[in-house]
Amino acid sequence: MMNAILALEDGSVYRGPGFGAKAEACGEVCFNTSMTGYQEILTDPSYKGQIVTMTYPLIGNYGINPEDIESWQPHVAGFVIRELSPVVSNWRARQSLAEYLEKNGIPGIQGIDTRALTKKLRVRGALKSFISTKDISDEEAIARAKNWPGLIGVDYVKEVTHKKPFLWDEKDEQSGQFELARGANKNTPLKTLPAADIPIVAFDYGMKYNILRRLRQHGFKVQVVPATATAEEALKFKPAGIFLSNGPGDPSALVYAVQTASDLVKSGIPIFGICLGHQILGQAFGGKTFKLKFGHRGGNQPVKDLVSGRVEITSQNHGFAVDPASLPTDVIVDRINLNDQTVEGMRHKKKPIFCVQYHPEASPGPHDSTPLFAEFRELIKKS
Amino acid sequence: MPRRTDIHSVLIIGAGPIIIGQACEFDYSVTQACKALREEGYRIVLVNSNPATIMTDPEFADRTYIEPITPECVEKIIVREVEEMKRMGAKGKLVLLPTLGGQTALNTAMALTKRGTLEKYGVEMIGAKADAIERGEDRQIFKDLMLSIGLDVPISGTAHNLDEARAVAEKIGRLPLIIRPAYTLGGTGGGIAYNRDEFEVMAKRGIELSPVSEILVEESLLGWKEYEMEVMRDKADNCVIICSIENFDPMGVHTGDSITVAPIQTLTDKEYQIMRDASFAVIRAVGVETGGSNIQFGVSPDNGRMVIIEMNPRVSRSSALASKATGFPIAKIAAKLAVGYLLDEIKNDITRETPASFEPTIDYVVTKIPRFAFEKFPQADPTLNTQMKSVGEAMAIGRTFKESLQKCLRSLEIGRSGLGGDGKPWRIGADVYEDRGQPLPRELITQKLSSPNAERIFFIRHAMRAGFSVEEIFNLTKIDRWFLVQIKEIVDFEEELAAVKN
Repeated sequence: MMNAILALEDGSVYRGPGFGAKAEACGEVCFNTSMTGYQEILTDPSYKGQIVTMTYPLIGNYGINPEDIESWQPHVAGFVIRELSPVVSNWRARQSLAEYLEKNGIPGIQGIDTRALTKKLRVRGALKSFISTKDISDEEAIARAKNWPGLIGVDYVKEVTHKKPFLWDEKDEQSGQFELARGANKNTPLKTLPAADIPIVAFDYGMKYNILRRLRQHGFKVQVVPATATAEEALKFKPAGIFLSNGPGDPSALVYAVQTASDLVKSGIPIFGICLGHQILGQAFGGKTFKLKFGHRGGNQPVKDLVSGRVEITSQNHGFAVDPASLPTDVIVDRINLNDQTVEGMRHKKKPIFCVQYHPEASPGPHDSTPLFAEFRELIKKS
Repeated sequence: MPRRTDIHSVLIIGAGPIIIGQACEFDYSVTQACKALREEGYRIVLVNSNPATIMTDPEFADRTYIEPITPECVEKIIVREVEEMKRMGAKGKLVLLPTLGGQTALNTAMALTKRGTLEKYGVEMIGAKADAIERGEDRQIFKDLMLSIGLDVPISGTAHNLDEARAVAEKIGRLPLIIRPAYTLGGTGGGIAYNRDEFEVMAKRGIELSPVSEILVEESLLGWKEYEMEVMRDKADNCVIICSIENFDPMGVHTGDSITVAPIQTLTDKEYQIMRDASFAVIRAVGVETGGSNIQFGVSPDNGRMVIIEMNPRVSRSSALASKATGFPIAKIAAKLAVGYLLDEIKNDITRETPASFEPTIDYVVTKIPRFAFEKFPQADPTLNTQMKSVGEAMAIGRTFKESLQKCLRSLEIGRSGLGGDGKPWRIGADVYEDRGQPLPRELITQKLSSPNAERIFFIRHAMRAGFSVEEIFNLTKIDRWFLVQIKEIVDFEEELAAVKN
């Protein structure tokens, strides 16, 4: 068995059995509190540059299957868990977590005290770190963690965005909702897709497949464009609306994306942004973003809709947030996080624009926010 | 939304005597509710026939009736209390909270509704209304409701002759089949058919025995994976899952008699979220307005088909477990929701800063193991089935399933330190076997694994020591391989330790 090491910039070192690939990587270590959904987390491009630790201790129980991937490959720099399941038990599993990470060149460490690590991260905030399943001394590993430049000001979006524009799922083969086998009730209304009658352009900052699936399920015909596309390039497709996706890294490094977003805001076209797209819109409105101490990563974040008073349990994955004090008066904060009162949603008073800091496409996570896609449709229809 | 101001007194019904199937968990929930509502300034009227409970301590209620929990008696109490409130010049009304005292309280409240008592005296039921309780409790109404909202249930059909019975069997398409004759005393003449011949015989006999010549043929879920969800709902229709539970013992054993584990271990997020959505759909369709419900699911290990088994429109034994497992006080919060609070208006007891409108996420594993006392009931059949036989339970928390399982077995106070390897002999019937001596006879192991019983968990170790493979044990028990491999690691480690000692 491989020996693995996780070293942090503060000088702490964790050693445990390695799994996955014989490899090494630097990254920002952060924790995710979801109890299910490790496969979706591994393949979410928003995790580019991050070493993810799961707070739930038993990981790998249900293996890896072909349906639950959220992009073309896993993006985490490394994976840190308490105990890797010695067996895979689920009817959909095709391979084990260890095999999957090995094939994709990602190092993993298990058997370490992930609770102690999480507690440290809660106090110190996300830390620069180094993970390796190769032979390396403690000192060298710590030095590698310290010397890594970190996430601040780095543009990871360019690394994960699709380089060329493409039309999503023209033949309607990949957008059906996941359904279980049925017995007494064979009714599966969710499988049939409505007509794709509203054309939109989706900016890909590091988009998950389920966003595209959900958009299609709500009758959108989705033209995906790279993060670097300009407003002019996007509008050439004659969209009825614009979608701004999630993505990795520091939103303040994305000057070009903010410029494009301000141009789009000016154009008056309906816009729906999520996660990084929400942070980019915040900046396009003239606001600022700041780094949260330890971020929101997990599937149980309570968000209150200040207009309706309802609470949604949301899926989140972000390390930065929009500063509400920096927003102009024609933008209202209409959703807040009930745990720390940070901004979770914004709405423009005069223009058909709204955005949320979380992931309405879930995957992993609860489906409470799925109605936001229908809301986008309504917004376009009204404008 | 603040608490209701039109309520003056709350009548809470307890669970009565502690019996198998209904133990101290309802003392816990009612006590919590009394405290929570008294804190809000309501006058509490409590009825319970069992004085050996915490809830009947004088400080928990403004008036405690230690009287039989019968509709007649509770009606008298209502009459007295309505008069008493008049005498006091009470501004608000008397309401009844039936969802915390287990099935006894629920049944009594239903009887009071049917007698017209509640209507006559203007007593409103809070938490769950009578029609919601009926939708949750009546098997057929519930099943039809589930189908109407697009959820799956076990396939079934009625038959009046053998041809019809064969047609239903054809529709189900697999064995075994459950045959239930209509309107026979205690279900006489019913059973499970494992092959075609048995089916023909049982169906024929069932039709003959039924006074209306009717049988229900239903697909059997024996050996399917069993899951539970603990759901909470408030008046604004905010719903949250407090705890997800996976049963170690597959379908066929009452969940109170099953070893259960929180959270769910072997479902992907996609499957888990479908179950979560279904749980909310169930609580909304049944119409439990506020409070907690427990919803049970069966999942096919072969293709993931998920069926709804049943729901409890009230606080249950699993709620007590879920509360302890997650730190979310279900009974207390259910009581506050019943008087109009919303989840985001109630503080989370653990963090004291964040609201109760969240879903607990845990970084540990919780195992519950039932405690049996068959030695005290020598006539009882120790085989476990759908009727609860346990007298209590132990619960343990660990950072791994192995840790929580071992701690839990030790907590049962049956003299074992865990699965085994503690050097103490094993008494099986009249025979005594050494703990680390020769493996137990294969026939005995096979017999003890094939039907659920209190010692089955230990026989998994005996089987592994006797050289049974995980696959063989799975075929005998249908216990998920994930659990079996975890146990295998404990058994292997026992050997490793023994080797070091030698």
